[in-house]
Amino acid sequence: MKLYCLSCDPNKPCYILRFKEITLMLDCGLSAHTVLNFLPLPLVPSARLNNLPGWMPRDIADAHLEGELKECCGRVFVDSAPEFFPPQPKIVDFSEVDVILISNYLCMLALPYITEGTGFSGVVYATEPTMQIGRLFLEELVHHIEQTPKATLASHWKEHLHVLPAPLSDSLKPRNWRHIYDMKAVNDSLAKIQMVGYNEKLDIYGALEVTAVSSGYCLGSSNWVINSHYEKIAYVSGSSTLTTHPKPMDQGALKNANVLILTGLTQTPTANPDSMLGELCMTVANTLRCGGSVLIPCYPSGVVYDLFECLSSHLDASGMTSIPMFFISPVADTSLAYSNILAEWLSTNKQNKVYLPEEPFPHAFLVRNGRLKHFKHIYTEGFSTDYKQPCVVFCGHPSLRFGDAVHFVELWGGNALNTIIFTEPDFPYLEALAPFQPLAMKAVHCPIDTSLNFTQANKLIRDLKPGTLVLPESYRQPPGTAPHRLDLIIETDRPLLSFKRDEVLTLPLKRKQTQVDMSPELAENLVPNEVRSGVALATLTAAIQVKDNKHTLKILEEPEKPSSRKKSRALEEALNKKPTNYTWGVLDIDEFIQKITQEGITDAKVEQVASGYIIHLPNEDTLIQVEDSSTHIFCEGDMLLRQKLRTILLQCLNKF
Amino acid sequence: MPDIKVTPLGAGQDVGRSCILLSLGGKNIMLDCGMHMGFNDERRFPDFTYIAPEGPLTSYVDCVIISHFHLDHCGALPYFTEVVGYSGPIYMTHPTKAIAPILLEDMRKVAVEKKGESNFFTSQNVKDCMKKVTAVTLHQSVMVDSELEIKAYYAGHVLGAAMFWIRVGSQSVVYTGDYNMTPDRHLGAAWIDKCRPDLLISESTYATTIRDSKRCRERDFLKKVHECIDRGGKVLIPVFALGRAQELCILLETYWERMNLKVPVYFAVGLTEKANNYYKMFITWTNQKIRKTFVQRNMFDFKHIKPFDKAYIDNPGAMVVFATPGMLHAGLSLQIFKKWAPNENNMVIMPGFCVVGTVGHKVLNGAKKIEFENRQVVEVKMSVQYMSFSAHADAKGIMQLIQYCEPKNVMLVHGEAAKMEFLKEKIKKEFSLDCYTPANGETSIINTSLCIPIDVSLRLLKAESMKHNALPPDPKRSRVMHGVLVMKDSSTCLMDVDEACREAGINRHFVRFTSTLRMEDPGPSSKTAEKLLQLIKARLKDWHVQLTDGSISVESVLVKVEGNEDEQKSVYVSWDNQDEELGSYILGLLQTMGQ
Repeated sequence: MKLYCLSCDPNKPCYILRFKEITLMLDCGLSAHTVLNFLPLPLVPSARLNNLPGWMPRDIADAHLEGELKECCGRVFVDSAPEFFPPQPKIVDFSEVDVILISNYLCMLALPYITEGTGFSGVVYATEPTMQIGRLFLEELVHHIEQTPKATLASHWKEHLHVLPAPLSDSLKPRNWRHIYDMKAVNDSLAKIQMVGYNEKLDIYGALEVTAVSSGYCLGSSNWVINSHYEKIAYVSGSSTLTTHPKPMDQGALKNANVLILTGLTQTPTANPDSMLGELCMTVANTLRCGGSVLIPCYPSGVVYDLFECLSSHLDASGMTSIPMFFISPVADTSLAYSNILAEWLSTNKQNKVYLPEEPFPHAFLVRNGRLKHFKHIYTEGFSTDYKQPCVVFCGHPSLRFGDAVHFVELWGGNALNTIIFTEPDFPYLEALAPFQPLAMKAVHCPIDTSLNFTQANKLIRDLKPGTLVLPESYRQPPGTAPHRLDLIIETDRPLLSFKRDEVLTLPLKRKQTQVDMSPELAENLVPNEVRSGVALATLTAAIQVKDNKHTLKILEEPEKPSSRKKSRALEEALNKKPTNYTWGVLDIDEFIQKITQEGITDAKVEQVASGYIIHLPNEDTLIQVEDSSTHIFCEGDMLLRQKLRTILLQCLNKF
Repeated sequence: MPDIKVTPLGAGQDVGRSCILLSLGGKNIMLDCGMHMGFNDERRFPDFTYIAPEGPLTSYVDCVIISHFHLDHCGALPYFTEVVGYSGPIYMTHPTKAIAPILLEDMRKVAVEKKGESNFFTSQNVKDCMKKVTAVTLHQSVMVDSELEIKAYYAGHVLGAAMFWIRVGSQSVVYTGDYNMTPDRHLGAAWIDKCRPDLLISESTYATTIRDSKRCRERDFLKKVHECIDRGGKVLIPVFALGRAQELCILLETYWERMNLKVPVYFAVGLTEKANNYYKMFITWTNQKIRKTFVQRNMFDFKHIKPFDKAYIDNPGAMVVFATPGMLHAGLSLQIFKKWAPNENNMVIMPGFCVVGTVGHKVLNGAKKIEFENRQVVEVKMSVQYMSFSAHADAKGIMQLIQYCEPKNVMLVHGEAAKMEFLKEKIKKEFSLDCYTPANGETSIINTSLCIPIDVSLRLLKAESMKHNALPPDPKRSRVMHGVLVMKDSSTCLMDVDEACREAGINRHFVRFTSTLRMEDPGPSSKTAEKLLQLIKARLKDWHVQLTDGSISVESVLVKVEGNEDEQKSVYVSWDNQDEELGSYILGLLQTMGQ
């Protein structure tokens, strides 16, 4: 069994697992960090961005490079449509992938890159919310980038990486970076998804059984259990033991796996999500009180639902009931609508509401009474009439490189009364803000990452007791942002393997046996011999049928009468006949002598030697050498005699 | 226990009061727990004393599974749990769990408050009962205990209706509940995978019907409604609050929109408004089209359909009224019926099946006068139409389901005896499957063949498969597995003989034979060996015959030639007992040559 690592970001995982000749891809996360190297795509032409000075390396005179790079406050950016670094089909050809398992909607943004135009012909499994909300993420990404097309695309900077300033110079394989896919690719790849429910057992070509179990991280998020008859592999992706809106994590199903692959731990291990949420509410209230507005860059689903709920009640409690909240996303309406029809995937509290029947999320109510207003874009009809400051705006994209958020940073950035609050942990907030500097508006970092932290993960490992633990190398040392925090690592007494991008691990799983079915007729014909108390053996020769990778043992049909077939074939079958039993144990010499005497062989002479006995039958010119675990009969060509001795010998020995 | 036992307490050769006891692999499962709408006495509930004459039943029933929220499938559940005292697990889907208590409460009110019945469960009983329910999602595998596994499939009969697959060990049963194989205006079609159960228990309400196309029936329905309102008549459509009602509403709504009709359409308030909310929230259980468009427009927000007020009964002029319950056995629909029935301009459209004993059933059978408990007699002059909108599978659908899941036996329930008989013959003929149709209280025993799972050492399995793959393909050649089955503790594993001995902790006793024969063959002994080799090779074409260090070997058989040049040679043939056939064959071969 082998594990290939195609991703360098443990929160955007992409692994390949080969087991029992099946190639499984575990998640297909898309690392979007590369977009931070590009200039933002403003919705309306921005004089500031247009007037940024160009940047050229000192010693290179490449005319093509001119205009590709711009400088802003000491940082150099590429002036082009943003590019992404998808998992590479280098160590595994994507056309060989049989099955893709998707854990949650944050781990599937590379799906179109993998399934489209690569010869991929397998199946993709994901839960219904993962597929529906994943569609929103993919659509939003495409909309955001396509609504602000770039006239020219820069690529020559990739040829001169060595003379570029950091962090551009540290770019990993920029030649393999890709532009965003189009809607056709999105739709085609989503069409390959087969929806699954939690605890639904999926049969993978008869060889494996795969099950999605609730991971408690977001709507429809799952961990995966991969079983063969005797081996169990648990793949833990984004998981959470906190109580938010999703169905709680199912830990029982992950217990006692031979191999546990652990990934998707928190990206902000030093921040407590609960206190961050409190801080966010405070910051919003303070800003609004001073007459400023608040921008919260966000994804179209996820923690944002909890923010609506907490923030509205906090503002109500602070007497700011008239402050509007805007949720702006090309998929805002769908996201809000879907969240309220997926009751079966929610926490019990929220789930019980539908029995009343009431919508599980309060944002349905907030929308009805006009507290929360949602728009596809800022230029959508009605927004300009509803828009009034101070207000709270939720919109994408958290990278601040595209989407309506770019507009609000540009619009509000000059006013120190306003605040931008970063809650999504995917991007370092200072880097996200870099192309907008200098900024007057306050920037507050309140990362809310509900995924497992190291304490929770270590406890989880102790509870799950995996045979071997497999995880990204980065989890074995403290994070770069807090190198002294030795508590922020995975510590375990279990055997541990770690991996990094482009590595192949051989997982220590030795399969010894597997399960087959035996027909009841065959079972009836068995003659078990008890060789020891509680241990019985039965020699068995059976026909084996293999269908869909499932084996069945049945009674071996006797061949037809030899007359009707070729002689040689009949001979072959006779010679091929397997033994019906085996002999074991020690030969009782006295019994043997007694029996051959009864059969008329009266001249036996027994001689004791070091290794056992030697029996002479002088008249028959035969010698029998008997040891503890073997008997050897040496005789002349007399067939009848030999067979007589054989029969008697076999009578005297234990058989099974 | 290779037998599967099934005893219907209700729905055996009968429609209504579905309640089927299933025993397999030592587990007892109750499938549905319905009540009979046609009876007002103890016959309305299944006869639970059948399970155990007295005392609590929890120890006799491992779980109860409810297929959908119709009262003939769940109506007796509060009685069973709160009055009879069953306290074990109960399973149903989320929408069923949400909607069933509302229908139960509604029915209870009609029975107790309007009819003044006693010995009925209370409002609190319904609430307590529903607290004990475990909600399941589609395709989720639920382990009731360590041996009993259940899984729900989409049935498309009403919102949340499910078929259930039930497994203990290697035996499995599928219970369909009520299902529908053709997608309708708001639900999708039933679906099941090729799960090859030992037994399929299917409903057979429409066992003999092959319904005409859905579109024709809809056109027919709209035409009749339109004609009636054109002549100023009133149309009464008795429905269950949930299910067909929503489909007919969608149908009328779009028709009214298209034809620009102004005649009022009413829906009995209360239940239905709430019902539509359930539909909005469980939209994932509706069909593809509704799910795709619900963000833009929720199909269950109706523009033309308004809530009904009892005062409207005597309003003049045309109107269309949907009212519950669907079988005219009580409640508002019956009240309206009594008022409107004597006028020949009016019309009642029965869109669903009516149980024997209900007013609906009498009306459908052409009764012109109906007498009620209080001696009130109502003349039926209004036109009576039956439109089969009820979402059950027809004969074609049932056959289709059998084809989908490939059961080894079929049982028909929830249908009329005569119709079942017809379908039973059809199933026997077309699929050559055994088909059972037990009556209530009658037990069917289904013999199943039991496959026994055993372990096989991978080494043995791989060796066989390597040997098989090395040979040229021949579909006629049967693949042979040979080994020793080790039965130890509770495990059973097939291994090769040496592995087995090690595992069992015993020593094999090898038996070997060596026979000598003399041969006149001048020349060096290596030459003789070469000759023998050619001879053996010629005879044993498919065998691996080898010559090493002057001795010929085939499997465990060794042939060795000794003796000087020009001398008589001694040929030793030796073999292990397990190669007795081969060894003696080769010995015989050499003997004949030697002569």
